[in-house]
Amino acid sequence: MVVSQVSHPDRAGWGRRLLHSRLLDALAYPHGVDRYVELVRPLLLRRDVRAEVTAVRHQTPKSVTLTLRANDNWRGLSAGQFVGVSLQVEGTWHTRPYSPAGSEHAPHGELELTVSTHPEGKVSRYLREHARPGMIVGLTQAQGEFVLPDPRPDRVLLISGGSGITPVMAMLRTLCDEGFAGEIGFLNYARSHQLALYRDALDQLTARRQRVRVLRGFTRGRGQADIGRFSREHARAVISDHASAATFVCGPPALIDSVGVVWGQDGLDEPAIETFTPPALAFDAAGAQGVVRFVHSEREAANSGLPLLEQAEDAGLAPEHGCRMGICNTCATRKRAGTVRNIFTGATSSAGEEQIRICVSVPVGDVALDL
Amino acid sequence: MPSPAPDLASEQLEAFGRELDALRARVVADLGERDVQYINKLIRAQRGLEVAGRGLLFFGLLPPAWIGGTAALSLSKILDNMEIGHNVMHGQYDWTGDERLNGKTFEWDTACPSEQWRHSHNYMHHTHTNIVGKDRDVGYGILRMSEQQAWHPYYLGNPIYAALLATFFQYGVALHDLEVEQIATGEQNPQERHDKLRAVWRKVKGQTLKDYVLFPLLSGPSFPFVLAGNATANLARNLWAFTIIFCGHFPAGTHEFTEEETEHETRGEWYHRQLLGSANLTGGSTFHILAGNLSHQIEHHLFPDLPAHRYAELAVEVREICERHGIPYNTGPLHRQFASVVRKIVKLALPPLPGPRGAAMPVPSAACHGALRDFRGRWMSFCG
Repeated sequence: MVVSQVSHPDRAGWGRRLLHSRLLDALAYPHGVDRYVELVRPLLLRRDVRAEVTAVRHQTPKSVTLTLRANDNWRGLSAGQFVGVSLQVEGTWHTRPYSPAGSEHAPHGELELTVSTHPEGKVSRYLREHARPGMIVGLTQAQGEFVLPDPRPDRVLLISGGSGITPVMAMLRTLCDEGFAGEIGFLNYARSHQLALYRDALDQLTARRQRVRVLRGFTRGRGQADIGRFSREHARAVISDHASAATFVCGPPALIDSVGVVWGQDGLDEPAIETFTPPALAFDAAGAQGVVRFVHSEREAANSGLPLLEQAEDAGLAPEHGCRMGICNTCATRKRAGTVRNIFTGATSSAGEEQIRICVSVPVGDVALDL
Repeated sequence: MPSPAPDLASEQLEAFGRELDALRARVVADLGERDVQYINKLIRAQRGLEVAGRGLLFFGLLPPAWIGGTAALSLSKILDNMEIGHNVMHGQYDWTGDERLNGKTFEWDTACPSEQWRHSHNYMHHTHTNIVGKDRDVGYGILRMSEQQAWHPYYLGNPIYAALLATFFQYGVALHDLEVEQIATGEQNPQERHDKLRAVWRKVKGQTLKDYVLFPLLSGPSFPFVLAGNATANLARNLWAFTIIFCGHFPAGTHEFTEEETEHETRGEWYHRQLLGSANLTGGSTFHILAGNLSHQIEHHLFPDLPAHRYAELAVEVREICERHGIPYNTGPLHRQFASVVRKIVKLALPPLPGPRGAAMPVPSAACHGALRDFRGRWMSFCG
């Protein structure tokens, strides 16, 4: 995996050395230097990546585009990679993966994220309504294998649907910044003209460069290039020889499947694929169904309907525990995925990552635990 | 003999338990922005007081700077220890998903390693509250705090041991999970004991280096003032924490329990024991914050994992529930509650008097054998 290391001058060299010094560690024991520094300079941390929102704009009624400036711990990215963005919504911290849409060659630390709002999406709706310049978010380092190869291929075909446009926009901008001499085909499917992202940016890029061809399909309603869903003809309309193009697909499962069918019919290798949909988990509230996965121990067991602490013990593990009645918090363990129900309160948890007390949690369907 | 714990019909106890469960559920549903803002504000205040205190102590040559610096640092340590540390480590803010407020990883500015605190306090003390022989907070292994602990001449020193514990409380707490009274009798797993000792040593080393070596040295000519200021701040926190904590389960009217009577406890009975074994302190909101809301010991023992700043509003409903069920609710001002604790320490230092009708002395029980074992162990290590 290539992570582009954009070199930058070591600003505040002595300041940074002081920040990392063992003396400061000892003086700030046991909380650590970061816990003091972040109260005055939230971006000045030793290890964690944080970013400040510098600009907010709304390209469409159902999206928000943020420009971020990351702190000095940011190590750069390759176009097509994603980052985990953490922010606080109503008191709780949530992390979501987003693919930055900017070029690799943008100023170091500058990131552009475009978030599409989901009707039930807590974080996306919060960002749409409340994102402001000055807001601070947590970031992970760039991750993912969905990147352009190095050296660059002769022709590149970028296919995207909905918010999947972001990683391929990053690729397109990167190639243009590099003065890429080959052909670039850009196919994007949006629900309507109104909801199509990056209209202006794409217009500018095609105006400047002859070898970039863009085609937009609108799957609902009427619009100018109302060409519906993906087909081989669409691919041929944007690039001369799609069989020899390095192809990148990012979008909903239906789009990925359509491309896969055509590529299969043409006897081509699978294109590089990026999907934004979370892993499908079976949620079955009735009866003990599903599988409990103990990720660290690499063990699995069928859900017996007992509290997770007992299921772990039955599987031969010995997790830390205390009162075994949900009070002392000793058994608190990170749940990676899945839903659980509290045997005392009957409350059902969220489906995502969170800390749970395994002595009083019963799985509802598949669950993955950090044990 | 202590007055017996008030008895409630089991049905009524379960109804009592259900009401408390419902109260808890309402609070859990309400947790959100307000709680996060509260704890973050408090943490900001504590860190600010710490920096200001240590900064002022650098000018400790000047008496106002020394007094101000020591006071600020004392407040910082008290807040870190009680309203922040103790509460965060109970998992009261785990629901926020903020790694800095994770109960399992938070470390506090005192000699006790947080891992051992979580074990001895969150698990042992809160599960077995006031059960003599299981809750080692009843006496901390060195004091006689219950009439159910059989008397022995060793306990004549009760008030002295209490004063020493109060003065060096942070080290007492640090050694608490080691269960030192059992080391001499060979009841412990030596490897576990070794690991715990190493962890305690690491923590004590870090704290000592910070408070008694590095900061004093950094201050140059103010060395003795910084040293004195830091020591005073630690002492202030020790005395304050000891006072508040000892008012939690020992004032007159609190009850202890035996292992037999608490076997097979139901949820309602568990709530009942938590309530009868705890006592509250009255005061204003600043007092409650400085006490880490342990002034609401009853509410804390009913709901240890709910954010402590909510206990004051919860207390109104808890009191009302207790009144309706005829359960006594033990509360009083600090001076009165602490005075009764001091009286208890002194009284229990002395052998129990025979009753008015020549009632027999308590029959030696498992607790008594335990006390004799304790003393023998201590005597042996003293001689050996």
